Amino acid sequence: MTKLHKKQQLTTFDQLPKTPTGITGLDEITGGGLPKGRPTLICGEAGCGKTLMSLEFVIRGATEFNEPGVFMAFEEKADELAANVASLGFDLFKLQENKKLRLDHVHIDRSEIEETGEYDLEGLFIRLGYAIDSIGAKRVVLDTLENLFSGLSNQVILRAELRRLFNFLKDKGVTAVITGEKGEGASLTRQGLEEYVSDCVILLDHRVINQISTRRLRVVKYRGSQHGTNEYPFLIDEEGISVLPVTSLKLEKEVSSKRISSGIPSLDSMFGGKGFFQGSSILVSGTAGTGKTSIAASFANEVCRNKKKCLYFAFEESPKQILRNMQSINIDLQKHVDSGLLEFHASRPTLYGLEMHLVAIYKIIKRFKPSTVILDPITNLITVGSVSEVKSMLIRLIDFLQDEQITVMFTALSLNTVVNEQTDEGVSSLVDAWLLVRDIESNGERNRGLYIMKSRGMSHSNQVREFTITDNGLNLVDVYLGPEGVLTGSAREAQKLKEKTGVALRDFAVSRKDKEILRKRMMLESKIASLQAEFESAEEELNKMYLEDELKQEIIEKNRQEITNIRRGNVDAPKSKAKTKK
Amino acid sequence: MELGEVVKYELRLYVAGKTAKSVTALTNLKKYCEEHLKGQYVIEVIDLLQQPQLAEGDQIFAVPTLVRKVPEPIRKIIGDLSNEEKVLVGLNIRPIKNI
Repeated sequence: MTKLHKKQQLTTFDQLPKTPTGITGLDEITGGGLPKGRPTLICGEAGCGKTLMSLEFVIRGATEFNEPGVFMAFEEKADELAANVASLGFDLFKLQENKKLRLDHVHIDRSEIEETGEYDLEGLFIRLGYAIDSIGAKRVVLDTLENLFSGLSNQVILRAELRRLFNFLKDKGVTAVITGEKGEGASLTRQGLEEYVSDCVILLDHRVINQISTRRLRVVKYRGSQHGTNEYPFLIDEEGISVLPVTSLKLEKEVSSKRISSGIPSLDSMFGGKGFFQGSSILVSGTAGTGKTSIAASFANEVCRNKKKCLYFAFEESPKQILRNMQSINIDLQKHVDSGLLEFHASRPTLYGLEMHLVAIYKIIKRFKPSTVILDPITNLITVGSVSEVKSMLIRLIDFLQDEQITVMFTALSLNTVVNEQTDEGVSSLVDAWLLVRDIESNGERNRGLYIMKSRGMSHSNQVREFTITDNGLNLVDVYLGPEGVLTGSAREAQKLKEKTGVALRDFAVSRKDKEILRKRMMLESKIASLQAEFESAEEELNKMYLEDELKQEIIEKNRQEITNIRRGNVDAPKSKAKTKK
Repeated sequence: MELGEVVKYELRLYVAGKTAKSVTALTNLKKYCEEHLKGQYVIEVIDLLQQPQLAEGDQIFAVPTLVRKVPEPIRKIIGDLSNEEKVLVGLNIRPIKNI
């Protein structure tokens, strides 16, 4: 919060100097706070929170911005005020002791007062001036100044003095808040205080619609500064006032490209194999009984398995019911609850208004700091607000969650069987990923089909997958695309069986053919062997004849040589021949 | 009782500086007191410009304011006290005089 103030003060430095109120959300709407050193009028009907807002302004000033404040009460006594805000955790007495705050109750009782002749309100000025000077106050609240009108009868003096009072406050350089009751008709205050306070006027309103009351705030006028002009709902709870800007004024958010698994591997594969983006928003919509809660629970389970924290807001079922039901599909959430990673928050939507729901969600998230939030189902919120209100609430929630980098999964029930691809509480345009689970009815049975309607920033499957819920968890099956079209459920199983039979038959035929070939090969091989043998014997025969011829030739040659030797009568030869013979 | 009679009325007049209104108020007050409460009253004039811290105690918001501290209950009259009738009714003086 303080970081934000600094940022805004920097940007508006050249413009009007502002005093941050410290009230959640109000500084964002007013662009930094109330005009510094000028009076601001807060008006509204009885019981719409004027006193509390102004009191919080001084208390926050004293505690958070080190700006002491004076609270001049014309209605309630100091003790009463202290008791009223004690429930919000503010200790007025301590602040007074530390000279951070000064409460001054101006008691005006007509029955005790007699007026005679000329007078002025210098006494009040002195009193106020003294209170301001004694603690060095920078903030002043006058609640409710109009009580002067009921206490004093001389209107002429009063009006002149009021004008002087506002000049006095400006001279003192204090940022003042004046509260006033809403007047009849169009006038903002009963006594026309807006005539005097012309710098900033904030109107508070308290309306009951469909038996649910919502407080709203509007900056009617803010001279010299930009401001949000809408009506902003605000809440009073144990931490004071929180104004909720309907949308954050800027669209500047950090984004993460980290991916997280959905807990269903086959679903992840449809998202390019990696799952959702961290910090994105996912909508799961579908008709009744299509397994939206199961998808959400399986996502929660996955988040907790990765040792991250998960918050589960259930608007339909009690946590025990969810735990039991998820046990049946083998998702054990109880152990995550025990280890503190998972927290359930179940509340009936009609318990309180949308704003209260939103703030309750804000608060729990701020405390628990989860990485993932699940809202199951958001459709039930429609019972407490109109579609546009629910939408604006969800916009704010998504804004907030994206700021905090928290992944959120909504489930939404499509009421009509014809899936309305446009609405779903109008959040479909806000979410980053949208899963649609729908019934596919054929062959006398209903099966679930899941497809991804959109998924920003990643490639995703365009197929319809059959979504099955089994005892072992959730799974996505490729739908069978056969010659007869898309088949799901038992039709798909039948087709699969049929295919299996076909495969078996084919396998058998193939193996028979293989054997035949083998046999033929063996036959041919034996034939080859016998031919080989035949060839070898023929070859041997030929070789034999050839050798015999050679031998014969050799012997003949030898004999011829010998005869030649004998006939020539060679000297040496006979000797040697004789020798050899001997 | 005699002693009580002496300081039967304790009156305080709150003013802010010596303005025309405060001077008129003081003159008027003194006049009425001398007329109706001779010897029974004490007037204390408090200038808030000098003692601003006293304004809160007596719930002063307008000046001049006349506060009747004693007798109880506390009564206040604001203005320059130009209307004698109203001042006397406010201070509850007439009935006592009648008794």
